[in-house]
Amino acid sequence: MAKVHQFDVVVVGGGGAGLMAGLYASRTAKTAVISKMYPTRSHTGAAQGGIAAALGNSEGDNPAWHMYDTVKGSDYLGDQDAIEFMTSEAPQAVIELENMGLPFDRTPEGRISQRPFGGHTNNETGKPVRRAAHAADRTGHMILQTLYQQCLKNKVNFFDEYQVLDFIMVNGKAAGVVAVELSTGELHTIHAKAVIFATGGHGRIFEVTSNAYAYTGDGAAILFRKGIPLEDMEFFQFHPTGIYKLGILITEGVRGEGGVLINGKGERFMPRYAPTIKDLASRDVVSRAIYTEIKEGRGVDGKNYVYLDIRPETVNKFAAEDGRTNPDGSKFNLTAEQVLKKLPDIIDFCRVYLGVDPVTQMMPIQPTAHYTMGGIPTNKFGEVVIDDKNTVMPGLYAAGECACVSVHGGNRLGCNSLLDIVVFGKHAGLRAAEYVKTAEFEKLPENAESAARSEFDALRNGSGKENVFDLSNEMKKVMFADVGIYRNEKDMQSALEKVRELKKRFKDVTVSDTGKIFNTELLNAWEFGNLLDIAEVVALSALNRKESRGGHSREDFPERDDKNWLKHTLVWNKNGKLEIDYKPVVITKHQPKARVY
Amino acid sequence: MTDTKPITFRIRRYDPDVDTIPHWEEHKLNVPDGMTVLEALHEIKAEQAPTLAWRSSCRMGVCGSCGMFINHLPMLACQTQVLHLGTDVVTVAPLPNYDNVKDLVPNLEPLIQKHAAIKPFIILSNSKEIDEPTGEFIQTPEQRDEYSQFTFCIKCGLCLAACPTVATDPLFLGPQALAQAYRYTVDNRDCGLQERLEAIDAFHGLYQCHMAGACSQACPKGVDPAFGIQLLKRTLVLDSIGFGKKKSSLARVMPLADVVKAIEEFAPPPRTV
Repeated sequence: MAKVHQFDVVVVGGGGAGLMAGLYASRTAKTAVISKMYPTRSHTGAAQGGIAAALGNSEGDNPAWHMYDTVKGSDYLGDQDAIEFMTSEAPQAVIELENMGLPFDRTPEGRISQRPFGGHTNNETGKPVRRAAHAADRTGHMILQTLYQQCLKNKVNFFDEYQVLDFIMVNGKAAGVVAVELSTGELHTIHAKAVIFATGGHGRIFEVTSNAYAYTGDGAAILFRKGIPLEDMEFFQFHPTGIYKLGILITEGVRGEGGVLINGKGERFMPRYAPTIKDLASRDVVSRAIYTEIKEGRGVDGKNYVYLDIRPETVNKFAAEDGRTNPDGSKFNLTAEQVLKKLPDIIDFCRVYLGVDPVTQMMPIQPTAHYTMGGIPTNKFGEVVIDDKNTVMPGLYAAGECACVSVHGGNRLGCNSLLDIVVFGKHAGLRAAEYVKTAEFEKLPENAESAARSEFDALRNGSGKENVFDLSNEMKKVMFADVGIYRNEKDMQSALEKVRELKKRFKDVTVSDTGKIFNTELLNAWEFGNLLDIAEVVALSALNRKESRGGHSREDFPERDDKNWLKHTLVWNKNGKLEIDYKPVVITKHQPKARVY
Repeated sequence: MTDTKPITFRIRRYDPDVDTIPHWEEHKLNVPDGMTVLEALHEIKAEQAPTLAWRSSCRMGVCGSCGMFINHLPMLACQTQVLHLGTDVVTVAPLPNYDNVKDLVPNLEPLIQKHAAIKPFIILSNSKEIDEPTGEFIQTPEQRDEYSQFTFCIKCGLCLAACPTVATDPLFLGPQALAQAYRYTVDNRDCGLQERLEAIDAFHGLYQCHMAGACSQACPKGVDPAFGIQLLKRTLVLDSIGFGKKKSSLARVMPLADVVKAIEEFAPPPRTV
């Protein structure tokens, strides 16, 4: 028998969204945060560039501009009510973080400093606007640490290093979760009135990714197996600038500070693709531009990479050509010292992993799988909605990268992910705390942990013909090659078949480690099962969307098709068979139009 | 990238369910240029030692999971290239100064408890200002720079593994917590020094540090905790003789209260299981 615990609200995931939800829910409700790692290990800490908010600290800005930029960035697939909510909450959210002690970079007057970021514009001039509030290139790290420390202050209950394996649903309502304690291997049932999933994305389905090992889509996969749909899973963001081969992220902040992309012929090529904002076009546009350069033979030395250049002499030369000035109107001039101060982690990554010093050398980069736009469907309060009529499942919430509100639509703007976790994490927490005031505990089923136990047993008792590492490599390769930046019917069809074949072969896996304590072999195998479930949904959703929009670019359907495809994909698991349906996009202020940067 | 070199990894194994004491296992691997210790461990696990356990996540030196004792120095496995170590045999053991959970997994609970004990958050006389903020605090770049480097801490715990004082006094607060105490105390938004004194100005607190400086050498993020500890000492001394920065009216040297009491009082809520 598993140990049983009881809380009003249980939050699954200890990253930015989970901590924010835990912080706010615990103000009035008995709350626990369960995380498979120590919360400060979460991948929020890897976010670099900044958090977007129209504070207007350096120059004129406006939440309405932020809203329009986000809608346009989403290629009109984002729900505009949710986007308006997020962008209007943004300034307050950033101020709140600052008050909690977040060490933002400052302007000379002591205000929060902001820098330009891809797709963020002054809507009157079309020029980049300084909207990204930042703490060097470690903004996510600072948010994560600050929120964790606030949770210490507010005595939030943590279950550190507990992997949630199952979601308990009773009478169509949330009733808790089942988790395994890593240090003992024991199962625990956490009985709750409300469950908030904040488990992050699933970039590990791809070969080249900026994502952590832990990014295995656990929450989305668990709920999907329980019959809850996943929304817009074909939309995955490929970040333009990952370190060549490794995929480790080089922040867009490099281009925000004036860095430019250079092809194998030494040309700055972005002006050909985005004449107005050039290197700061939105991410899908820049990733495709890089891919096109490589495909047309202008990669460096005929290889699959181009250069990102932040050397001060290059930056200053192009800044002068672009007529870029400082906020006070003075001449823009970047120094090596400023590069070192503003981008310390990037300098470190390049020195450690590439042996390249960005102050004097160019960085070899290629697009890297970065961010999950799709996920568990929610409304703007973080409540999970389970059908095309947006019916709410009582007591179930999701926030952050695992959720699809949808504020990012077809393509997320830089700095909107940190904003997303802070705003929707908070509101999911508040909403859940409100819900548990009147809701009752559902009666737990007998042996609530039996499903989780049998999943583990299956992994221990397979025939052993297959091994997880091989299967995992095969999946990552086929997903990156065939359901990657550019897609077509034939490749995606074969990728889908391949994933289904891998799912069959996965049944023949066996885990050799029979120990209880920190059995990472067993956990990694279980996580891989989640990735396979997710990969199938991603491939199927992508195959069915016969248009190009945002991060979903089809060679066989190169145009956006608003007449037929201005709608969200929903995929259900009905007893192991996938069913697909669609729901309308919420459009309030901005009618779709051509997207030009 | 094609050249490889045969390397023997000497890895310390321990599963308390089976072993009474840890033992060493050797695994050979052809290591290409650029391969990190973390990548090597993954390859060894995939092909030779499926039960080998360690923590890792981001593989880019920001999450702080993969601290290990590599060739007898505390390092992040993901930031350490095997061939840069320059030895044909590479030893990998769990971080010292912590209990061993399994294989390369240390029990980091003391790190977390000590960190919590120094109240690592902004303390204002009126906490409503934080819970219901009305505007941003003004903080000049110079004020920010006073504590900036200490915010880079990723709580990997390498500094405690390196610290000779922790080795002899396991209850010593240690460089991570003390540097964080300084980070918050010097922040112009904070007035919590007096509340932190009970933990830091105590027998196992600040003055146990005898300035070996090993913490600063070990830090993978370039933080200088040893310097932070010195600055914190200065802050406390100035405060006690009445020259402290205007933030508090109470100037005194705290009696040497036992830090254990402070840890109990200010610890996060007890583990619920």
